[in-house]
Amino acid sequence: MKEKSIQFLFKYGAILLLIFIIIYFSIISPAFLSYGNFTDILRSISIVTVLALGVTFTLVVNGFDLSVGSTMSLSTVITASLMVWYDMPLWLVLILPIAVGALVGLFNTLLIVVIGIPDLLATLSTMYIVAGLHRTYTEGYSIYNHMPLTSGGTAIGELSEAFLWIGQGKVAGLPVPVWLMIGLIASAYLFLNHTRWGRIFYMTGSNEEAATLSGVKVRRVKLAAYVVSGIFASIAGILFTARVGSGQIDAGAPLLMEAVAAVFVGYSVLGAGKPNALGTFFGAAVIGILLNGLTILNLPYYAFDIIKGSVLVLALAVTYVYAKKRTAA
Amino acid sequence: MANEQILRMNHIEKTFGKSKALDKASFDLRKGEVHALLGANGAGKSTLMKILSGVYEPDAGDILLHDQAVVFKHPKSAKDHGVFCVYQEVDTAIVPDLSVAENILLDTFAAEKSMWVSKKKLHKEAKLVLTQLQADTIDVERPAFELSLAEKQLVLIARAMISQAKIIIFDEPTAPLSVFEADRLFHIISHLKEQGVGCIYISHRLPEVFKISDRITVMKEGRNITSGLTKTMSQAQVVEVMLGKVLEQFAETKGKSIGDCLLEAERISDGRKLRDLSFTVSKGEVLGIAGLVGAGKSELAKAIAGASPLKNGMLRKSGRKLNIKHPQDAITSGIVLVPEERRKEGLFIQESLRINTTFPNLKRFSRGSILQRAKESAFASSVISALNVKTGSTETRLHHLSGGNQQKIAIGKWMSVQAEIYLFDEPTKGVDIGAKGEIFSLIHQLAEEGKGIIYFSSEIHELLAICDRVLVMYDGAFVKEFSRSQATQEKVLLYASGGREELIDERKEHTISI
Repeated sequence: MKEKSIQFLFKYGAILLLIFIIIYFSIISPAFLSYGNFTDILRSISIVTVLALGVTFTLVVNGFDLSVGSTMSLSTVITASLMVWYDMPLWLVLILPIAVGALVGLFNTLLIVVIGIPDLLATLSTMYIVAGLHRTYTEGYSIYNHMPLTSGGTAIGELSEAFLWIGQGKVAGLPVPVWLMIGLIASAYLFLNHTRWGRIFYMTGSNEEAATLSGVKVRRVKLAAYVVSGIFASIAGILFTARVGSGQIDAGAPLLMEAVAAVFVGYSVLGAGKPNALGTFFGAAVIGILLNGLTILNLPYYAFDIIKGSVLVLALAVTYVYAKKRTAA
Repeated sequence: MANEQILRMNHIEKTFGKSKALDKASFDLRKGEVHALLGANGAGKSTLMKILSGVYEPDAGDILLHDQAVVFKHPKSAKDHGVFCVYQEVDTAIVPDLSVAENILLDTFAAEKSMWVSKKKLHKEAKLVLTQLQADTIDVERPAFELSLAEKQLVLIARAMISQAKIIIFDEPTAPLSVFEADRLFHIISHLKEQGVGCIYISHRLPEVFKISDRITVMKEGRNITSGLTKTMSQAQVVEVMLGKVLEQFAETKGKSIGDCLLEAERISDGRKLRDLSFTVSKGEVLGIAGLVGAGKSELAKAIAGASPLKNGMLRKSGRKLNIKHPQDAITSGIVLVPEERRKEGLFIQESLRINTTFPNLKRFSRGSILQRAKESAFASSVISALNVKTGSTETRLHHLSGGNQQKIAIGKWMSVQAEIYLFDEPTKGVDIGAKGEIFSLIHQLAEEGKGIIYFSSEIHELLAICDRVLVMYDGAFVKEFSRSQATQEKVLLYASGGREELIDERKEHTISI
């Protein structure tokens, strides 16, 4: 009986929780269940979801990328500075931050694969280094249109309309970031669940030794996962800049734990038992809806971390209790 | 006095999942005797001994020590009653960073009430017990990780002695030892006997069992089949009881043809363990590589399969030089490895049969980059029926299968690539005797298809049963080559344990292994 209820909780717990939250908030606040609020929620989770998708890739190969928050912050200020300080064309503004994200992924791979530092500690160090880099780069200031410069005078450029459309525009009734998110989820899902490479990623995470002896170049797989993670974090940073209309410093730091929580909530969705793209979206949705509801209820924002932390604990508890059961069987 | 019964285990039963490991097994031990416990892999010896040493609790049956019923819920309670075990994997019981003295006195000083540990006292006590064991050449202040396997074993025996052990279980103690180290161990065991300690002796090597034991009990399928005084039994009799007709069945070979040279190794070394190894394997040939634990056979298997780099020498396949830097290169060259630790290295134990069998060659099961599940399932089904795997479906996760069926998958996964050379590293380890027969006929079948097989094993009787030729490995080098007709168990084991032919006369009765 106990066995069965754990099984059930593992498979459907997250979905039940989501349904419960939706019903609860709908009853309490009529504003909650409207199309406007629905697109609001989707738009608000789009950035976290993109970030969390990157983390998903590293968790699939049995790694863990804690540096995504900082990477996103770095990408945010680079994106803004390229336009505001240097007035660069849009294509460069989009490509350079992504290249920087990939570089952070390469640096993580260097620490983890070449030097041999455990993933968690390596990316923790990277997190600090990158956070420091992005603050040094902006000298501690956020970047906005025609900002005054420390060297005197004002910045030459501004965030272009075309760029802002990425974060604020709408297509077919849905915000552009939501479309981007859907596209990235679909590609990640297709890649991880239906391609040869995805299988290789999962098996590398499942048993590195056996994967190597089956002919997998495990180091390259890890490299790919961390580079993807860096790129996704950069995309999240670009989206954030376009959404807010300025290059805020430390934009990604608070999103790190939210992204990690989303991935772990996603572990158990429909009993997957491993990190997966759809689960990650689902996890981000649970957290997003919860936060949206609490905002409507006028809960003070500084209490939100308690809720986010509790969701993470709950997801981890379910995942690990289930893992223990499974290995014992 | 010597007849005083100190241990009696009555009708012990133990079930793991669906399989019955012990079915009313009984065992007894008298003071000052060596009672050998024999049986094939999976006969239940280890389970019975783990129950005696408190690792498992029995489902039914009772244990009497000096005619008093005891219940061991924990290894500590077994130790408190004077039951100690010298494990086969000595390293699991040794704390590498502590000194020899601290290791010997581990049980006592961990339980000591006083907060301070006197080094002087420790060293003195440790020295005393090592002297008793005539092993005072070991420096008690040395850290334990510097010790050889044989010395670590002595430390474990000393640990048992210092806690006034009444019963010591030896679980295949000579497996990693050289002939000379084994002799010293036998010496110590007879010394323990004189002190009235009852010894339970588990070994696969019959001659030594007959040399040192007073009584023999043979187990099969969870039951004790035969018990008797050693002097009333013969080796042939014991083998027959243990294995039935299985040994002959394996030994039967069909006339087969051995073709051209397929793989050739020329003076390969890895700069650590392997030294100057040269050999050839031909199409249709089964080459045996015999080596005891620590001889370097797993290292060689991995080196050929590209999992660890070669430093010197070269490999040639059909005359063409191979450049293998990664298992992927070996697989593309048609060389595949069925590794010794299948759960750790060979399989994805939490994944399904389908995922495991198709993994080495996913290209075959995808269009573009997209995997085609139907193709995968069809292939997994074909492996299941070709190898007679007992499983629910292609989606069953491997950890639900028995060891033998898991091993079949570890072999079957290579059916997805066009392999020409198969390396088997201890493929029968932890496999029951029925599945063992199937694995053997599978290897035969591969050889008949013209594949080259290299069979790495420490089970010499298996090598003699299946191989056309046997190379004996000792300490990283080949020490002897035998053709099928020349090889005998005695000779192979002699060389594998570091001996030389000159000694064979005086050691004749010493060397048969089963």
